[in-house]
Amino acid sequence: MPPDSPSRECVRRAEMRANTRFAVILSLLGAAVIASAFAACMFGRMDVPGRDVIRALLSGFGWTGGAGVNEVQRLVVFDIRLSRIVLSMLVGLNLAVAGAVFQGILRNPLADPFTIGVSTGAAFGASLALFLGMGARSLLGVGLLPAAALGGAMAALFAVITLGRIEGHLRRDTMILAGIVVATFLSALISLLKSLDEDSVASIVFWVMGSFQGRGWSHAVFALPYSLAGLAMIWMHARELDILAVGELQAMQVGVDLERVRLILMIGASLLTAAAVSVSGVIGFVGLIVPHLVRMTIGAEHRRLLPLAGLLGAVVLLWSDVLARILLPGGEELPVGVVTALLGGPFFCGLLKRHKRGTGL
Amino acid sequence: MIHVQELTCGYGAVRVLEGVTFHVAPGEMLGVLGPNGSGKTTLLHVLAGVIQPEGGRVRVAGQDLRATSARWRARRMASVPQKSVVTFPFRTLSVVLMGRYPYLSRWGGYTLEDLDAAVEAMEQTGTLPLADRLISEVSGGEAQRVVIARALAQAPEILLLDEATSSLDVARKIQVFDLLRRKNREDGTTVICAMHDLNLAALYCDRLVFLKEGGIALDGATDELFTSEHLSTIYETPVMVSRHPATGGPQAHFVPGRHVGASVRSPGDGDRDGKHTGC
Repeated sequence: MPPDSPSRECVRRAEMRANTRFAVILSLLGAAVIASAFAACMFGRMDVPGRDVIRALLSGFGWTGGAGVNEVQRLVVFDIRLSRIVLSMLVGLNLAVAGAVFQGILRNPLADPFTIGVSTGAAFGASLALFLGMGARSLLGVGLLPAAALGGAMAALFAVITLGRIEGHLRRDTMILAGIVVATFLSALISLLKSLDEDSVASIVFWVMGSFQGRGWSHAVFALPYSLAGLAMIWMHARELDILAVGELQAMQVGVDLERVRLILMIGASLLTAAAVSVSGVIGFVGLIVPHLVRMTIGAEHRRLLPLAGLLGAVVLLWSDVLARILLPGGEELPVGVVTALLGGPFFCGLLKRHKRGTGL
Repeated sequence: MIHVQELTCGYGAVRVLEGVTFHVAPGEMLGVLGPNGSGKTTLLHVLAGVIQPEGGRVRVAGQDLRATSARWRARRMASVPQKSVVTFPFRTLSVVLMGRYPYLSRWGGYTLEDLDAAVEAMEQTGTLPLADRLISEVSGGEAQRVVIARALAQAPEILLLDEATSSLDVARKIQVFDLLRRKNREDGTTVICAMHDLNLAALYCDRLVFLKEGGIALDGATDELFTSEHLSTIYETPVMVSRHPATGGPQAHFVPGRHVGASVRSPGDGDRDGKHTGC
């Protein structure tokens, strides 16, 4: 042993330092989430002064004291803007956490919620519902679309798991291949639906690009239970996810029940993805870049990576949506998927360049 | 400790092991040798319970392996693969702590006891100075010693090593095998290592099992089996054996330019590392 080998005490202290670092970043991001939520309420077509925003929010949360609140402002700030903000943050969180999980399971830092076809499945489910003219029907107050998207996502996951199985064992490489096949096939079906029915093209395109336009509290409420279930399934197996990210064989050798744990993690991440896509359409890059960025900062341990990725995903998608709302001068909205792709593409190239120079992932 | 009876195993239509029978007593230090593709890696995978045999029985510590859980196996047996490439930036200490996974309770995290076990394992493998480094950024040899530390942190009764030191330099090899011998002699750990390095096997293993074409060709004490005739037959190339000047044990010497022209078998058993598709 080298004589300067650090003592146990040193290792413990290093462990504590890492925990402190995590706590600091976590609270900073947490504060950023809350501050962003309020700050984003200021942006929009109608000009609402800061004081009135606060007043409208307080009234929305049921605080009735103080001077009379402008009903219109309350409607705009609380019912329209805040609901959309909360929804975009929930979707951002879902996508980032799901991305981190898929990257870990597939041991591929370039994987994301789209790699194994789950989100294309969701988009196909929604497109099919639109094609069949069920877009206007209502279920639980949010229309049939989210439910159709959720169904499509889970069907795609099932197809990938079935196709990816060789001799009863699910393998990483066959799973990625199966995901690509399923995604490509479903994309083709979506194009087919588009060409068969001219009327629904606009709404299908809307789905494929992803947007929060016209979404509100009911959509957040729809997505919440699936998101919570997915997050719980993932959080309970975060340590196993660490071990899976090192290798399947080694995971079995240190006592991980591979097939069961991997299935739970995949269902959890798919639930998150499906919940996100079902209320917002397909939004790219958040699930790819955010986990990547956090991993570069804090390391790959998922009990630290997942919460930070979730919070950063929430902030990133929230501000992307604000940009989507205000970027075009005429008051028209961009699909938020366009904004994330425009921001994410160049950013990702930068990351790749850095990686090539040997800074690690 | 380990009873293997008429073991048959393969991948798809390819039979890799056929009718393998042997027993390992507690506290043995056993070398598994044989040419590429002879089934060494597969045998270790079957013993570790990560692939299921097609036929035959494997009993470890009195239990039929099929009736055991992954957790039960990981508390008794630790495996070190030939090499492990970790893409993600885990700190090396986190990787070693993964060896404590079979001891975790469902809701609890790693305890101070787990941390102590990890630190001790890192001390023994000389990786403690790397504790705060990222596994994706240390050298291949360092990463391999980290993985060996993880196996030690599992506090196993049986250590299964698959060419575990082939990526290490000579001094590190000796260091690791000295450590394995100490674990074997002092703690009574049973050590089973698949190896290509005949001389390293002769230096450290009390007993050798030679696999060839999926069956056991020879099984016995190192001093009896490690002869010019046996080695030349098994490896199909001339091998001379002399005495080690310091230990007096047997050592093999190879003769250049006199390969007897046996066909080269492929795929090598190292190629099977990524597969765990079972039989």
